[in-house]
Amino acid sequence: MSDCRDEGCQRWQTPAPDATWRDVPRGGVIPRGGNAAEYQTGDWRSARPIHDADLCIQCRLCWVYCPDSSILTNEEGEVIGIDYDHCKGCGICAAECPKEGAMTMIAEEF
Amino acid sequence: MAVNLRELSKKKVPFTGGHRLCAGCGASIVVRQMLAAADHPVVAGVATGCLEVATTIYPYSAWETPLIHNAFENVAATISGAEAAYRSLKAQGKVDKEIKFMAFGGDGGTYDIGLQSLSGAMERGHNMVYVCYDNGAYMNTGIQRSSATPMGADTSTSPAGSKIPGKPGHRKNLTAIMAAHNIPYVAQTTPAHWRDLVTKTKKALEVEGPAFINVLATCPRGWRIPDDATISTLRLATDTCFWPLFEVEYGEWKLNYRPREKKPIEEWMKPQGRFRHLFREENKHLLEEIQAEVDRNWEQILRFVDGK
Repeated sequence: MSDCRDEGCQRWQTPAPDATWRDVPRGGVIPRGGNAAEYQTGDWRSARPIHDADLCIQCRLCWVYCPDSSILTNEEGEVIGIDYDHCKGCGICAAECPKEGAMTMIAEEF
Repeated sequence: MAVNLRELSKKKVPFTGGHRLCAGCGASIVVRQMLAAADHPVVAGVATGCLEVATTIYPYSAWETPLIHNAFENVAATISGAEAAYRSLKAQGKVDKEIKFMAFGGDGGTYDIGLQSLSGAMERGHNMVYVCYDNGAYMNTGIQRSSATPMGADTSTSPAGSKIPGKPGHRKNLTAIMAAHNIPYVAQTTPAHWRDLVTKTKKALEVEGPAFINVLATCPRGWRIPDDATISTLRLATDTCFWPLFEVEYGEWKLNYRPREKKPIEEWMKPQGRFRHLFREENKHLLEEIQAEVDRNWEQILRFVDGK
């Protein structure tokens, strides 16, 4: 049922693109918060940020300015890379990076 | 209450990627920074707008917090109801967790459509934070002007052409309207000044009673700026004193940032395509008029701050 709280329950899962009305939670509610992460916006990108871990000074400005939660961090909060599944290639990280070469944009290949 | 990115970036922000806001959107930066600032679980509400539509496209939600969307005009009423229910449950001993309540609305849902429900919620004294992300037009439906649109901006309902040079008339000063409610906390900030925004969010969440934060947020489509110019454009907004950073605690005004050198408003407007027509010879007088309005507002804030 739609109010099922058991994560193993099928109704807890994001309905598949070919789901019929039988598979959709009652009332059309979104079954679970944060499941937008299952949707990939990385293919919107026309430019790709490249993070250079050796040059990075770990100021975390890219993390705080990223609109798409796409700067990956470890448990210490250190920047360890880019989530290319969700990064839309806006380039804010590279524009705001204070260290030359630590975050650069290259054209995306298709 | 010092904040630093070393500590902040350790947090798991309850707002995921994969939402459908445009590349370089200011609204999601605001939400991420604010949720990162919250030390307690948050119940959020969103007014109709870009943020609501793009973060909750069925069957997905980018919010890892409880989220309520009701209508365009009533996010403040909706969240104040949730907060009242929480207080009741707490009084009955059914809930003991400390929970914070936040409402998010765009300028359309706040300056225009949701103004009376916001005013009511603030007056009733609910323990909630209302956040307006002001990108200066109804961007979600195709850049129609709102009462937050700056004078002279080209929008689809104030198109710059031979009849009018963009939006006629100046914008509404909503932050001052909210300050006039004499609530515990009112502030104005931008996500470019993340430390300022995070500190103000923490303050707003901690005060007992209603708080309001007005945040300038870019819209690369509506402002006609490159996606990666979001942060630099916001910085120019404060350096030109178009968007001063200040806070008002129980009617006490405090300036948080005084630019070393107040830049002319053209520097903020020039990179934005929505103001392009103002730089034509026949519209030059409008730039002077806009500068005069910015100066007036800035002088007014300085008067409030200095108590003169």
